[in-house]
Amino acid sequence: MAGITGKDRTLTAYADTLERLDAPKGRSLTQDAMRRLIANRAALISIFLVTAIVLIAFVGSYFVPWDGTKVDWGAIRKPPNFESGHYLGTDQNGRDLLARLLQGTQMSLIVAGVATVVSVVVGVVYGAISGYFGGRVDALMMRFVDIMYALPYILFVIILVVIFGRSPVLLFVGIGLLEWLTMARIVRGQTLSFKEKEFVEAARAGGAKPFTIIMRHIVPNLTGPVVIYATLTVPEIIIVESFLSYLGLGVQEPLTSLGTLISNGAPVAEVLPWLLVAPAIVLVTLLLCLSYIGDGLRDALDPKDR
Amino acid sequence: MSAAGPILSVQNVGKIFGLSAGFLRKPLILKALSDISFTVNEGETLGIVGESGCGKSTLGRCILQLLTPDEGKVLWLGRDLTTLPAGEMRKHRRDLQIIFQDPLASLNPRMTVGGIIADPLRTLMPELSQKQRRAKVIEMMEAVGLLPEMINRYPHEFSGGQAQRIGIARALITEPKLIVCDEPVSALDVSIQAQILNLLSELRERFNLTLVFISHDLSVVRHVSDRIMVLYLGRMIEYAPRDDLYNDAKHPYTRALLSAVPVPDPRLARARQITELVGEIPSPINPPSGCTFRTRCPYALPLCAEKRPEIEPVDAERTVACHRWREIADGAPPTQHAGASA
Repeated sequence: MAGITGKDRTLTAYADTLERLDAPKGRSLTQDAMRRLIANRAALISIFLVTAIVLIAFVGSYFVPWDGTKVDWGAIRKPPNFESGHYLGTDQNGRDLLARLLQGTQMSLIVAGVATVVSVVVGVVYGAISGYFGGRVDALMMRFVDIMYALPYILFVIILVVIFGRSPVLLFVGIGLLEWLTMARIVRGQTLSFKEKEFVEAARAGGAKPFTIIMRHIVPNLTGPVVIYATLTVPEIIIVESFLSYLGLGVQEPLTSLGTLISNGAPVAEVLPWLLVAPAIVLVTLLLCLSYIGDGLRDALDPKDR
Repeated sequence: MSAAGPILSVQNVGKIFGLSAGFLRKPLILKALSDISFTVNEGETLGIVGESGCGKSTLGRCILQLLTPDEGKVLWLGRDLTTLPAGEMRKHRRDLQIIFQDPLASLNPRMTVGGIIADPLRTLMPELSQKQRRAKVIEMMEAVGLLPEMINRYPHEFSGGQAQRIGIARALITEPKLIVCDEPVSALDVSIQAQILNLLSELRERFNLTLVFISHDLSVVRHVSDRIMVLYLGRMIEYAPRDDLYNDAKHPYTRALLSAVPVPDPRLARARQITELVGEIPSPINPPSGCTFRTRCPYALPLCAEKRPEIEPVDAERTVACHRWREIADGAPPTQHAGASA
């Protein structure tokens, strides 16, 4: 019999949900952080811009009328010209700048992406192991990091290049080797504080092995600092790559990167300004946006820490 | 209440922490525990009380082998846990669980409640299927008074009392025989404390649990314990059945503690005598010679500085470590040494 207040119906419905156990989803910390990130306008615009740059760099190259390696003998050192399809002009060899810029951006993004992934994976595993086991293991592992830090990486890269010749893979290795060190230190510090937390002790009382504890209880809690640091690593790597390319240690012709394009454009900036301006705008936009995203993520992931 | 013989027996356990004092310097030695012995019978609750820093939590962790004692034995059903290899020890973890002081810190913030409660099952009872695990989790959530529909929530969405219930559910899920409760209610509001304490005693009856209940709150310990051990600076000071301890404490430290328990009735509170302890608990790195309590003891004599009091039996059930407990029981006046009575 239906009551006047509908209490029975509400209770029955509640009992039903209990029976089927449609447990409502809780708000995870990540979802909370996402909401805060979206509320941050600078970060949101930056995310759109970076996504646009990535998409254009990787998809746009199929729609460009000229190929970056093809020489247009009728258009050498020409400023932007829409009729001939050289939207950003051509360089001293008659190659289309837009095509080369897209290819260069691709290269820079790939280097940054691969090197960041390498540094995150190696750094997190190394730092978590070092921090969790502590004591002598920790001391040994961290002294190794200190020694690596002390080596001048330019020298390191030059030696690698001399031995193995120039190749993009070497660039990944060289930069990745450099960047994981800081990541390992950050992760170790965080792990040291997490391993004293009671939930790790609870996991030990629950019989979990060290590897399980690291993977299930410590690494997920490192998300905040790791994500933030990774976002800030990407621009750093783009700069390092540009720097190495500028020195002539980076990617090899006909491949190019943002750094190479800028280093080629810089000496002729007075007569052929478009060769410098276009890649510089892309690089600066990328760097600024990534920094804003990193800042936004930091605010979103550590709301207490602002 | 005690149903059977000893289930846990701790014999002469000691724990030392080395504190590094700097490069190439001799590390400082902190004696967190020395010469602790007691037994717990099946179905019984042992209360451990003492001031902060006296080694209560260290003792709890030594029982569970979360810390390895430096000396002594921890006999669980007759087997010494301190010498077991890690793999063997893992098998016993099903029987030995712990509830923590800070309910939120003891829950992994990145896991759902269901995941947290099921976590010990994944390692200790891997034979269960995911469905069976979930069924057990729901059953346990109901047992501790949580709505099963909260299973997908995250710890930060809960209050302290609810979080402690989650911690209790996690400890109970493997059907343990012994639970070490490390100040399970001291981080909670008084009204919630009562709920959690009642829940614990209800669950104790239902699952036939043996509890080691660590607390600094004497009224809480009185509520739950069958026997009580008083610690001071890592040493056992008094060990007695509950009613004996509360009615007729032998050691001056226990007496002082008991006299300082707040009484809710203001008239009674005004009428009673409080023995105030002066000074701070001494540093365990550099403990006083002889009896460690002598620096604050109102009854201290020169003898107390020279010789450490042995643990003496008072009767079959209780022990006390004090040179003068007989004289004090006979009404010896306080000396003017350190203490003052008001």
